[in-house]
Amino acid sequence: MNVAVVGGGATKMGEHWTQSLRDLSTEAGAKALQDAGIEGKDIEALFIGTMSSGRFIGQEHLGALAVDEAGLTPIPATRCEGACASGSLAFRKAYLAIRSGEYDIVMAAGGEKMTDIKGPEAISALMGAGDQEWESSAGLTFSGLYAMMARAYMKRYGLTREELALVPIKNHFHGLKNPLAQFQFPVTVKQVMESALIADPLRLLDCSPITDGAAAVILVSDRVAKRFKNPMWILGSGQASDTLALHNRKSLTEIPSSRIAAEKAYAQAGVSPGKIDVAEVHDCFSIEEILAYEDLGFAERGKGKDLLVNKETYVGGRLPVNTDGGLKLGHPVGATGIKQIIEIMRQLRGDAYTQVKGARIGLAHNIGGSGATALVHIFGTEPGGRHG
Amino acid sequence: MVESVPLSWRLQRQRYNLIGTRCATCDERFFPPRNFCPSCRRKGKIEPFQFSGRGSVESFTVIRVAPSGFESQTPYAVGIIKLDEGTSISGQIVGDVTRVEMGKRVRPVFRRIREDGKEGVIHYGVKWALEG
Repeated sequence: MNVAVVGGGATKMGEHWTQSLRDLSTEAGAKALQDAGIEGKDIEALFIGTMSSGRFIGQEHLGALAVDEAGLTPIPATRCEGACASGSLAFRKAYLAIRSGEYDIVMAAGGEKMTDIKGPEAISALMGAGDQEWESSAGLTFSGLYAMMARAYMKRYGLTREELALVPIKNHFHGLKNPLAQFQFPVTVKQVMESALIADPLRLLDCSPITDGAAAVILVSDRVAKRFKNPMWILGSGQASDTLALHNRKSLTEIPSSRIAAEKAYAQAGVSPGKIDVAEVHDCFSIEEILAYEDLGFAERGKGKDLLVNKETYVGGRLPVNTDGGLKLGHPVGATGIKQIIEIMRQLRGDAYTQVKGARIGLAHNIGGSGATALVHIFGTEPGGRHG
Repeated sequence: MVESVPLSWRLQRQRYNLIGTRCATCDERFFPPRNFCPSCRRKGKIEPFQFSGRGSVESFTVIRVAPSGFESQTPYAVGIIKLDEGTSISGQIVGDVTRVEMGKRVRPVFRRIREDGKEGVIHYGVKWALEG
């Protein structure tokens, strides 16, 4: 059973003081239906990712809330949670539900409303993705966890602070034409280096923002896919887990769950890293984009920065990465995985805001916490891969 | 960090005294303690293990923007401490944040971790101090 993505939509990423998570999720869902050219009544089930709506807005039971607000009751609605990978997790569950033969048309969505609470409370809520008893109690933050990875990586491989700044410079440049981006301005090395220290050596412009936003996509079985124009086919889907706490990892300079999820996705898709035309990777903090290059097989260990220095991951380069601006330009944690998949969908059907010419195979990489959960999806303009 | 009296109370032995666990089957040591050996699984035999707390800084950061409950402490250094008896643990490194370096030796010190507001409990536990 092959499964395709036939439409998607997202809200603008930003601080939506006047909108609730209900409003945002309904807006994203309606945009996805519109994009796919179907009606709400065509949807057989919903899977929705949200990381911590309980901490952010005091609201659990997001599946029911989303279908209620959208007028889609009584279809089955399931919330999926895997920290910042919740969106991709919902997507994978939707894919597996169609593959099981149970449904033909499913919506996978994600949403997070992060600005209703104060900054320190939001940082504390996000730390729920780490080890509450042994990382949070040390006063750690997610910027702090990735800062420790950055410092270890810089020492081991000689990455300089200025080279690390190439990640936000590229992603801000890519986001300039994205109307849904939270920020639309270019940044320079000087601006990155002079932005406020958040957790040494990471600075403000290395960090993804606190964002409100939602995103949704429509997945369909190959039985009904011919009714849609430009289906994007799922070629491979991989998921892996690792220790919850960073301090329990053998190495601070790689994310093994990313590598294992990627290996599974590549094997299922029957493609190698060299075949990827465009990718969205989880650049929650600058260092993670470089780790992702290496974990996903785009670069050898310690050589990830070369892709930035040589502009290979810019649009126009060998393998453009984060062509919508990535997480730097909006990271509503539960929605991020879906937002990434929408960008790949636009790239493969040729209507991206910053288009990669002739893109036929795309990859989306989304991780939760400091890499305790990782998902990798590979997509193509033609069906392929093994889907039993 | 969740404000919880039972949680702090439950972890007192570990947090105050660095009592972790060890698997008698494979000799792997765990801090934070695990009560199930991931390698030996049901063949494992878990027993308490006293860590000295001495070790070295595997990596570290200086937190400038803190989560709720820690705002008044910024800037503060947090590191991953590689313990001499094996395994690593996250912890605050006390003193001058500019003196912290990767690889430096540290020893444990008993400190106040945070307070749950004016009338809440005061949480204590181990932090680390640079040797010498």
